[in-house]
Amino acid sequence: MQATGKKRKSVSYAKYGYIFIAPFFIVYAFFMVYPLINTFRLSFFGNGASADVFVGLQNYQYLLFGGSDRAANAIQSQFMNSMGNTLILWVGNFVVQIVLSLLLAVWFSDVRIKIKGTGFFKVIMYLPNIITASSVAGMFLLLFGNTKYGAINSLLINWEAIIEPIKFINNVWSSRVLVMLIQSWMWFGNTMLLLLSGIFGIDPSIYEAAEIDGSSGANTFFRITMPILKPIFIYVFITSMIGGLQMFDIPYLLHEGRTIRPSLQTGAVFIYQNFHQANPNYGYSAAASVILFIITGALGMIIYKFNTDSAAPVKKRKKK
Amino acid sequence: MADSYNHSDKTYRTKIAIHSVIRLIVCILLTIICLLPIYIILVNATRDSNDIIVNGVSLLPGGSLIKNIGSLNDPTIQNGAYTDTFNVWLGYRNSLFISLASAALSVFFSGLTAYGLTVYDFKLKKPATTFILAIMMIPTQVVSTGFLQFMAQIKWLDNYAPLILPAIAAPSVVFFMLQYMRSSFPLDIVEAARIDGCGEFRTFLQISLPIFKPAFAVQAIFAFVASWNNYYTPSMLLVSGKLEQRTMPMMVAAILSNDKITDYGVRNLAIVLSIIPVVVIYLCLSKFIVKGVALGAVKG
Repeated sequence: MQATGKKRKSVSYAKYGYIFIAPFFIVYAFFMVYPLINTFRLSFFGNGASADVFVGLQNYQYLLFGGSDRAANAIQSQFMNSMGNTLILWVGNFVVQIVLSLLLAVWFSDVRIKIKGTGFFKVIMYLPNIITASSVAGMFLLLFGNTKYGAINSLLINWEAIIEPIKFINNVWSSRVLVMLIQSWMWFGNTMLLLLSGIFGIDPSIYEAAEIDGSSGANTFFRITMPILKPIFIYVFITSMIGGLQMFDIPYLLHEGRTIRPSLQTGAVFIYQNFHQANPNYGYSAAASVILFIITGALGMIIYKFNTDSAAPVKKRKKK
Repeated sequence: MADSYNHSDKTYRTKIAIHSVIRLIVCILLTIICLLPIYIILVNATRDSNDIIVNGVSLLPGGSLIKNIGSLNDPTIQNGAYTDTFNVWLGYRNSLFISLASAALSVFFSGLTAYGLTVYDFKLKKPATTFILAIMMIPTQVVSTGFLQFMAQIKWLDNYAPLILPAIAAPSVVFFMLQYMRSSFPLDIVEAARIDGCGEFRTFLQISLPIFKPAFAVQAIFAFVASWNNYYTPSMLLVSGKLEQRTMPMMVAAILSNDKITDYGVRNLAIVLSIIPVVVIYLCLSKFIVKGVALGAVKG
């Protein structure tokens, strides 16, 4: 009797569940799902003035393999260049960032050698992440300006280390290194805090046991910290990779004058440039978006797979 | 025996002391690296343009702050190039409006969604939860082409609505709220409220919301900062780039690409003005923010 009463009650409340989650799904459908479908649709249509012409897979063909005319080959080399730039900028930024944040995370969580003022350091190291990326671009543009008016150049000239100003922004590799360093500067604090949360999840008695058994610092790090940290490490890796695919603000704004540096044109910048013009090239930017989407989807699958694996060691430890 | 024991203890201690000094020095160096660029910009904002050009970097502030503020707001310089590019009050007003609105919408509706998925049992509960987790990683850039073309079609360009309304559907905020509610929301309260004759919406608004306050606050800060810092979406949708509509990052970008603005003091000042609000917010709330970073881990 009671049981049936309860059942009827839960059925009558179910409608509130739908009402409560409805706004999310309606708005999501309008601002994300339809635009996604629309992006796929647009990737099969033409560019500029001929935006209404169905062209099939031509945009993909031009982007990936080029075509018979010069315009198609130009767009192909531009797209390939942008994908290459994305990869270069992301790898460089990730290596610097992960080494630094891993080191700091291990140091900050070390029970034997305590560093004073850890809280203060954490606050300062996360600060660059909170600052507007376009302002960061402006900041470093003023510091590393091409001319002798750039702060670093004027400093080097005053010290008589150089005679002619170095074109930090215009040279291919110095501009790339600069973007890598800016990105690392902005993100290492964030990554450090993520890794730190993973390390604090490790049972301190494991470290004590290792110390009693005579394990050295490096040994403890590679045999204990790293294996337990693996899931969050992979998580940081994949999210940073997806973030790297979207890298836009810094590469787009880090230039003097009106044109964007070709050495800094990332995939996201390529997409933006193609739709951000008087006669938008929706076809190319949509096709490039779909390609990025497929790459992101593949990466998402990988993180999902690792995530389901990653729960295993934690559960095992709890059972013990 | 005792002697050798003492000896090893001593070397062990010196080893630890040396290590901790090295680590402290590295941390201090990194702190300097984090702060120095910001500090230099701050100092340059108070210096005269000629001083910056001739003397380069300085660590001591100059006395031209008032003059720089004056030139930034002077409509007679370069036929109004300065005032047509950058207006700090319009920038603050626009960015503040968009960021506050999207933070409020994002937190309220994410809370509502997470509450619905936690408290009620219904057929689509599981698929809906899985769906929200699955879409968390989709980057905005990927859908932006279709989004922009759609907004152009329904004439929503140069309009704040598509900048604010999408905040209602923020999967990562929902994910965070779900975790928070599952771990620390007593479902019995809902049951008790029902017995007392409280309606479902009132239960959410008056009984559950106060319990969620801490989680809401952290997420609201992150949503606000993310929206304030967003350059991509506003510059994509506000196509005409009218001064009255520009957000703060757009104003900064406009200053950067305008070569008529030759006064370096003014350039530095504009950047300083654009970062002041977020830096002040951060320094006041750093305790919550630093803690919240790892909590909202799945931010991308």
